Amino acid sequence: MKRVVAYSLVALTTPLVFGGVGHHGSITDTSIALPSMEEIIRLVTLRDYNTRVVVIGTMVLGLAAGIVGTFMLLRKRSLMGDAISHATLPGIGLAFIAMTATGGNGKSLPILLLGGFLSGLVGMLCILFIRKYTRIKEDAALGVVLGVFFGLGAALLGVIQKMNTGHAAGLESFIYGKTASMLAADAKLIAIVATAVVVICALLYKEFALLCFDQNFSAAQGWPVLALDIVMMIMVVVVTVTGLQAVGLILIIALLIIPPAAARFWSDDLLKILVLSGVIGAASGLIGSALSALTPRLPAGAIIVLVAAGFFAASMVFGTARGLLLRCCRNLALSRTVGRQHLLRALYEWHETNTPTEAPTHDRTITHGMAIDELLGHRSWSAFRLRRVLARAFADEVITLTGADHFRLTERGMAEARRIVRNHRLWELYLITHADVAPGKVDRDADQIEHILGTVMVEKLERVLQSRTPHLAMPSSPHAL
Amino acid sequence: MMESHEATDPGVHVADPPEFAVDALSDALLAGAEMSEVPALAPPNAYEQMPVVVRDLTVAYHRKPVLWDVDCDIEKGRIIGIIGPNGAGKSTLLKAILDLVPKASGRILIYGKRYRRQRRLVGYVPQRETVDWDFPVNALDVVTMGRYGVIGWCRPVTRKHRQAALAAMDRVGMADYARRQISQLSGGQQQRVFLARALVQDADIYFMDEPFAGVDAATEKAIIKLLQEFRENGKTVVVIHHDLQTVRDYFDNLILLNMRVVAAGATRDVFTEENLHRTYGGRLTLLDEAVQAIARRDDSRL
Repeated sequence: MKRVVAYSLVALTTPLVFGGVGHHGSITDTSIALPSMEEIIRLVTLRDYNTRVVVIGTMVLGLAAGIVGTFMLLRKRSLMGDAISHATLPGIGLAFIAMTATGGNGKSLPILLLGGFLSGLVGMLCILFIRKYTRIKEDAALGVVLGVFFGLGAALLGVIQKMNTGHAAGLESFIYGKTASMLAADAKLIAIVATAVVVICALLYKEFALLCFDQNFSAAQGWPVLALDIVMMIMVVVVTVTGLQAVGLILIIALLIIPPAAARFWSDDLLKILVLSGVIGAASGLIGSALSALTPRLPAGAIIVLVAAGFFAASMVFGTARGLLLRCCRNLALSRTVGRQHLLRALYEWHETNTPTEAPTHDRTITHGMAIDELLGHRSWSAFRLRRVLARAFADEVITLTGADHFRLTERGMAEARRIVRNHRLWELYLITHADVAPGKVDRDADQIEHILGTVMVEKLERVLQSRTPHLAMPSSPHAL
Repeated sequence: MMESHEATDPGVHVADPPEFAVDALSDALLAGAEMSEVPALAPPNAYEQMPVVVRDLTVAYHRKPVLWDVDCDIEKGRIIGIIGPNGAGKSTLLKAILDLVPKASGRILIYGKRYRRQRRLVGYVPQRETVDWDFPVNALDVVTMGRYGVIGWCRPVTRKHRQAALAAMDRVGMADYARRQISQLSGGQQQRVFLARALVQDADIYFMDEPFAGVDAATEKAIIKLLQEFRENGKTVVVIHHDLQTVRDYFDNLILLNMRVVAAGATRDVFTEENLHRTYGGRLTLLDEAVQAIARRDDSRL
């Protein structure tokens, strides 16, 4: 296969992607033109063979990165992927130099990637070696390997620029990525790698899961921890190397970390996270490479990563397992419940003190109700908050208006209030009897817990306090109201 | 046995400050060795009956010794406690037995053979804090991990194994929490999950690293009940323990450890104030003893 398409930054590749239509940039043209409608339609329908190749190749890469990245994230080795990807650069430089020196084509992609793979592997072994045989901590070892290898690579690229071969331009695209330079053969390579990754992860699913969760137990059970780690890391190296062209070595790490981190917001189940991470990675690759095809002057890697970051942000907010919105909603719901229960208890106790001789019921003789000022003094809530609590309780028909700013419980409200007050008093009694809390202090302690008492807990409380409280009866308050 | 103990002890010089003269120290060690209550050890022909035999075990991290010339036998059908101060090498001893840390020297045999040939006989409960409880698995998944060794390479977990795991969870009173995400479990519940995981290993010898640390009273009772069941079935349990209050109630045998075995034997024999003082009194008891012995000798010369 003849690789006429160089990895150059000039517009040479663009006509191939778009079949020569719609883009006529020159070397000096640095403007970022908005894509025309025609271009967008061609892209979305994947009409061009080359666009298809690029988009599908990057998508499959994202899938593989998302799956490997999940295990890497759980193994807490994410940054190792970063060091490894930077460690591929000297290999690429050396491969280029070696090929040119022997009179071959310096830009033969398989050779360049092989060089990158080997030096990535050496970088990984250096990290493992430093960690095992010196007292340097892992983060420092990563920093050393990343810095030294990338520095070496940058120096080699400098040397290559000075060489008289004149075709060195384009190796930089390995740093930032250039999806447009992807050929069908490259996409096939990515597809093979991705298939291998998926198969290995499926076969070693439980081995990797155990290793990530509990290394000691895994080793004690006889699993070869080091070998499994190396398999995992080799997968990272392979995915990194095949992704160099599309995303670039600086940003490939993002494609390994962001999809699993985003997927974590949606589930607490490893298998689901793996699948979702693969899907998010694939979607990032798909959308990102499509966008970068429309804006050929922007680095493809950056766009793909930005798309992934968009998925991450959305997951962080909307995630159904641990998203921020979910947490806010839960907090809000809890604080509403607490407010309502406080209100009901205050009203119930007011009823109680106003009909002292018998158990308070929905007594029609009390018509004036409790004044809002009285309620306001009952506990430390702001007038604003109290009015909102009242408004909601009113809408739920647990309280009713008996005059201007006067409230009392409805039939329904009374039933609910009875349950709340009973729980509160049971807990108070429990604290007094079993935890030696002074009666004057139990109110506040019980305040915290009463809202989360489940039926099982209440039953236990009833059993514990059986001698003191007849079943289902309302205990009287152990302290002055 | 005593002789061999002393013969290898001078290796302690690695950690010595330079001002100690070598002869003075070896004298001191000879004097100190008689304080050690290392019990009569099993002869080599009895190794196959012994769940665990440890001989001359030394473990070092980056040339700093953690365990020094440890000899001990662990007898069948007992609950054995290992106690000692922080950094005494208790966890390291378990890890050395389980081949998790490299040995600088020494031999460890499980029923007469090396650990790697006897893995199926051994169950392990690591310290609860050593794993990430935010890991995306549920309690049943964790318990099932105990069966992974039996399931083998690349095979999926089947219903049969999940049922075994559920049965184990039932035994520790956690059946209702099988589908609960592990981060939602309390400390005691997490410990029970770990116990259930060891339970499905269906082992003969169990090693537990601080199973009682940070658990509620109910869990502590449940654990000790389980350990007693193990003993009734002829199994052996080795437990690292911190709470000296409960030592007498829980353990048949005891190993007092502080870098070396200070004393080992039946709890009623070795759980004495003197031994405890020797185990917990100062991090480098050996060095302290050496200093004292040197002082004594200097006094006697005057």
